[in-house]
Amino acid sequence: MLLIHCPFCDMDRPEIEFRHAGEAHVARPDPATADDAAWGAYLYLRENRRGVFAERWRHVHGCGRFFNALRHTVSDRLIATYRPGAPRPDGGA
Amino acid sequence: MARFSFASLIGHALAGNRRWPAQWREAAPQAEYDVVIVGGGGHGLATAYYLAREHGVRRVAVLEKGWIGGGNTGRNTTIIRSNYLWPESAALYEHAMQLWQGLSRALNYNVMYSPRGVMVLAHNHHDVLVGQRHVHANRLAGIDNEWLTPGQVGDFCPILNVSRDIRYPILGAALQRRGGTARHDAVAWGFARGASALGVDIVENCEVVGIDRDATGAVCGVQTTRGPIRAPRIGVVAAGHTSVVMAMAGVRMPLESYPLQALVSEPVKPAMPCVVMSNTIHAYMSQSDKGEMVIGAGTDAYNSYSQTGALHISSHTLEAICELFPVVRRLRMLRNWGGIVDVTPDRSPVVGLTPVAGLFVNCGWGTGGFKATPGSGHVFAHTIATGRPHPVNAPFTLDRFRTGNLIDEAAAAAVAH
Ligand SMILES: Cc1cc2nc3c(=O)[nH]c(=O)nc-3n(C[C@H](O)[C@H](O)[C@H](O)COP(=O)(O)OP(=O)(O)OC[C@H]3O[C@@H](n4cnc5c(N)ncnc54)[C@H](O)[C@@H]3O)c2cc1C
Repeated sequence: MLLIHCPFCDMDRPEIEFRHAGEAHVARPDPATADDAAWGAYLYLRENRRGVFAERWRHVHGCGRFFNALRHTVSDRLIATYRPGAPRPDGGA
Repeated sequence: MARFSFASLIGHALAGNRRWPAQWREAAPQAEYDVVIVGGGGHGLATAYYLAREHGVRRVAVLEKGWIGGGNTGRNTTIIRSNYLWPESAALYEHAMQLWQGLSRALNYNVMYSPRGVMVLAHNHHDVLVGQRHVHANRLAGIDNEWLTPGQVGDFCPILNVSRDIRYPILGAALQRRGGTARHDAVAWGFARGASALGVDIVENCEVVGIDRDATGAVCGVQTTRGPIRAPRIGVVAAGHTSVVMAMAGVRMPLESYPLQALVSEPVKPAMPCVVMSNTIHAYMSQSDKGEMVIGAGTDAYNSYSQTGALHISSHTLEAICELFPVVRRLRMLRNWGGIVDVTPDRSPVVGLTPVAGLFVNCGWGTGGFKATPGSGHVFAHTIATGRPHPVNAPFTLDRFRTGNLIDEAAAAAVAH
């Protein structure tokens, strides 16, 4: 079980308090101009990276808020957590 | 290849079983092949076998970064069934089911396919409706699936707790009698042996680290830890690592990779005659021929390549198992392990062409692709050999995530093995 730092509660809490919410920084295309390929990519294509990966979590059994995290997907080590809107910190490759 | 027969078994037994030859050639990679298969799991090996046997394509290499069958093929709980909801899926898994029935004979290798019946339990009104809908849909498609009352469930699997006063009482079950299990290692070894005898090179400890493209953009070979290999056609069958391999050709995939775990108990006398699955409380169990209770748990909550599942996930499953099967409560668990499964948004596989000429992909089997192994290899071999999908895998395109023609088994069964 992971120990995750909620950047809003500013506490390390066990993983079962959180819900994983998939890849972070997936930008919604403009519906007025996006074609099927752009929508398909937005909805379904994922980086699924083996290495340092930016993802979203939600502190469902805490503050209830979404935030972002950098995690290494082989060791599962959490490198950083940060608020939405903040730039992705440098976590190496 | 020496064929197995009753006489050969007796002969080797009399010789103390010390003179069995290797079952497939250990091959070093050659400079060039007609087809390179990336990934030596059951699906990749079956693909190579059918390429050689049905399409006469024999200059084939299967490149495996570890040892064959060491991925999900050797890590799964071996449940086989074909009672999926949508016609496309039912046809795909039934194609495999038909092949399972004659596979040991076709390969001259005992894959221990055991049609002992797979029961999927219903614990609430919604489960009952969904289960019965599956039964009706399957029967319309000519696939056996029948509805059992709680009493019949108890008769079919006497160690199940069918009393009404448990947290998730059993309200019925869908039973596919042809469903069952097979021996996972034997499936990998049987296909490897058959393919090798037909001339296919099975190259272990050979990781693909790059995909080469020519001036037109088409694939022309791979870079591996054992040197470069030229090939005009490449089939990627890398399960949980498919996104990583496809990224080498610049193709993004609709996949997320998750750890999925299983565990086995100490061996006991035969106590369980069938396979039982419960999607609602996420537990499934069967008994291996060695006597171990084979238990499957859920995926972890987040994508990962760690190949180990979290303990709280397996504890959750064991709580459910202990309630459903009180008789196993005091069994010790001998081993637990994880695999990395490649999950698509609609929980259906992708088997077909890619935007890159000469590059084919077979992936997305997620938590439930063992049962499809022979059928998947069969239709993928057709796709690679002819450059066009077989009718059975034609709906399972990569392009469906652009067109929106999803095959939504995700909604049909939240967990599917
Ligand atoms: C715990 C668990 C339980 C399961 N239970 C069931 C079940 O009961 N019923 C069912 O039907 N399915 C089940 N599954 C799913 C099933 O195991 C898989 O869908 C199926 O085995 C996939 O087969 P495969 O040959 O595609 O993949 P794999 O056997 O994983 O083969 C892929 C191979 O590719 C290799 N590879 C990856 N990258 C590279 C590279 N760069 N170069 C060379 N080689 C590479 C890997 O080493 C691996 O050997 C389960 C899975 C798990 C993990």
